[in-house]
Amino acid sequence: MSTGLVFDALLAGALPLLTWRVLAARELFTSVILFIALGLLVSLAYVRLAAPDVALAEAAIGAGVTGALLLDTLARIGEWRRGGDDDAASG
Amino acid sequence: MQRPASVRNGRRRYAPVRAVAAFLAAAVALGLGWAVLSLPEPATGLTGRVAAEMGNSGVSHPVTAVLLNFRGYDTLLEIGVLLLALVGVWSLRLSPARRSAEAARTPVLGYLVRLLAPLIILVTVYLLWAGSQQPGGAFQAGAVLAAAGELLLLAGFVRGYFRRAWILRLALAGGFGVFLAIAGGLALFGNDLLEYPEGTAYPLILLIEGALTVSIGFTLAALFFGSPPEAVAERAAEDEA
Repeated sequence: MSTGLVFDALLAGALPLLTWRVLAARELFTSVILFIALGLLVSLAYVRLAAPDVALAEAAIGAGVTGALLLDTLARIGEWRRGGDDDAASG
Repeated sequence: MQRPASVRNGRRRYAPVRAVAAFLAAAVALGLGWAVLSLPEPATGLTGRVAAEMGNSGVSHPVTAVLLNFRGYDTLLEIGVLLLALVGVWSLRLSPARRSAEAARTPVLGYLVRLLAPLIILVTVYLLWAGSQQPGGAFQAGAVLAAAGELLLLAGFVRGYFRRAWILRLALAGGFGVFLAIAGGLALFGNDLLEYPEGTAYPLILLIEGALTVSIGFTLAALFFGSPPEAVAERAAEDEA
């Protein structure tokens, strides 16, 4: 078995597993962090599919910008839940 | 934070719905896999036609040629959509986060951001420049530039928008504006929409991509920041009062 095939098989197996973990995580924060990791793996998958431009865009926008936006949203949700006048936004 | 109790209890009630959703998702995934695997072996697509026209496109990377030349209209509309998304988020009038990011900046974070931000700008310019021969281009460069903006915001080096509103407006709308102006100008001079005249393809593409990179970077960073300039000004006035 060539290394490429092994790598592809691992990637193909990891993607559904990670997706399930993203959806089934207990804490929303865990979901978001795993989502960023998922974005990175999807970017690797695009590289293996010989689409480097899409991989770059996925890493930058899908994992980077969307991940940051989701984390920011989490912080705002926490603030909103606590009535909006707390100073510390954790989570 | 944990999912609220309503969600945790709802999990039992909505198990059949989730089962149906899982089944449909799996069916679509398998269908897509079958469709991709049953594509004809020598790939019959537009790759050949694109490769044939590369000489006229002004760049040597086929993806950039398609995005900025052959299907430039799609890219023009994409930038418009991005700007619309920002307008949509601004219409929510979110206020800026209460906790001062500058106060929360640890020394390591400060050092790291000071180190990374100029490097990120360098990577942005490189991605933009390399996009004509290798993978890269305006979107990727713009997203990396947005990352620099987000870092600066998170570490508290930047607290809001520019003092003068017109700089922000120019940065946000400049990409779409330049692209539209070039498209419109070309159409006025008798060419088809976005048909670059002979020999001008490369400089025009570079100009458009440069404007797009700046705009995309600022738009994505503004999406991350979330609050419109009016809300920032309101909060500043409140803090002073």
